[in-house]
Amino acid sequence: MTTTLYTSDHEWLAIDGDTATVGITDYAQQQLGDVVFVELPKVGRSLKKAEAAAVVESVKAASDVYAPISGEVLEANDALTAEPALVNSDAQGKAWFFKIKVADRSELGGLMDEAAYKAHTA
Amino acid sequence: MLAHDQDSLKRTPLHSLHVSLGGKMVPFAGYDMPVQYPAGVLKEHLHTRAAAGLFDVSHMGQIALRPKSGKLEDAARALERLVPQDIVAIAQGRQRYAQFTNSDGGILDDLMVANFGDHLFLVVNAACKEQDEAHLRANLSDDCIIEQLADRALIALQGPKAEAVLAKFCAEAPAMTFMDAGPHEVAGIKCFVSRSGYTGEDGFEISVPVGDAERLARMLLDNPDVLPIGLGARDSLRLEAGLCLYGHDIDTATTPVEAALEWSVQKSRRTGGARAGGFPGAGKILAHFDNGASRRRVGLRAEGRAPVREGALLFADSAGGEPIGKVTSGGFGPSLSAPVAMGYVPVSLAALGTKLFAEVRGQRLAVQVAAMPFVKNTYKR
Repeated sequence: MTTTLYTSDHEWLAIDGDTATVGITDYAQQQLGDVVFVELPKVGRSLKKAEAAAVVESVKAASDVYAPISGEVLEANDALTAEPALVNSDAQGKAWFFKIKVADRSELGGLMDEAAYKAHTA
Repeated sequence: MLAHDQDSLKRTPLHSLHVSLGGKMVPFAGYDMPVQYPAGVLKEHLHTRAAAGLFDVSHMGQIALRPKSGKLEDAARALERLVPQDIVAIAQGRQRYAQFTNSDGGILDDLMVANFGDHLFLVVNAACKEQDEAHLRANLSDDCIIEQLADRALIALQGPKAEAVLAKFCAEAPAMTFMDAGPHEVAGIKCFVSRSGYTGEDGFEISVPVGDAERLARMLLDNPDVLPIGLGARDSLRLEAGLCLYGHDIDTATTPVEAALEWSVQKSRRTGGARAGGFPGAGKILAHFDNGASRRRVGLRAEGRAPVREGALLFADSAGGEPIGKVTSGGFGPSLSAPVAMGYVPVSLAALGTKLFAEVRGQRLAVQVAAMPFVKNTYKR
């Protein structure tokens, strides 16, 4: 059973057991425009909540992607490095950025569900 | 963005057209301008290089400089007191790139100057236009009548299909060559048309009375080859073309020689020329011509995929040492599908192929000094 949660900085995370898959929302990719470069965290890196974990760049500007929760990076989506435009075509699917091991479940309490995120971006 | 800020922004005569076309509006040089349309920066950029793009550049300043004597040469000689260019030699119906310099040899603004027979027609940057007008009034009022043409919009039509599109409305357009400029009727509207632009592509810039601007823009956009293009693609196009953006690549602290704009200063204004010097900062600028400057604007290509942007510090080595220069413009070049940048480096490190490092998010990325323009220009000469 997967639960999807959102941050106010427009990251999504899909929780499946102890693993959280993190990406940026469709709303975020629309705001960014054409994505031309993605930098991902190294596998094994230990991320602290709210730390800059990845970078996503459009033609015009660079934006940080923050770690929504603390944890160790288990996997990075190398497909994005090769094809950054995936972020525009499938932000909340194939264009996930990285997976982390949930270190502290209490951090999930501060995140939004889909309804709350919709209200946040309305 | 606060409603209050939006209200204080000026609007060009094409503002409602931008909104109706789905333009994403942002503040730029005091104007509410489209940064992109629904097609997006990437498609807009590539479409301009493949077909034609229409740009609203009405925020720029258009100034008429009329000689009080009635003799154009008097206005040309007067303007030569403020710019290092040969203005007297601009033939009727021609246009030239110029810079207003300051007493330190720095650049106050860059501009286009056209000879329209009875007056000179100047196009200056939006952010500098009030300052430029005041500068002209303070220095040239004895010889010239200076008129800011606020009743005119400015539309650029750029790309390989620009000539064919404009030819439908202006029979003289195809016969014009790069930097030709003069009064022409476009769709029966009295316009000033020049064969020039800011993309590296062949194209035209059309000064049109405010009341006719939207009608003309819509007529041009009716052609399926023409897409509206926002400021985002305008910037990536000019960057690939190696063209300077005022306030970034050139400013009051850069001389035309440091900025690698020697080509824009004619021999007649250099040491030994018929009208050598006589412009603000001539001492320093001519010394840079005669003895060289210590730094120079160069093009930079990155070895990796990460864009190197404005402000990135440049280093000679992969670790340690002091910065040797700085990136002044940079980003992703859609036509090259690679990062491109320009910046200032010591002359000793300015040779093509010199390997340097740009600091991006704490990492030093390998870059190389590269020839500009990055994308070959297609001007019709």
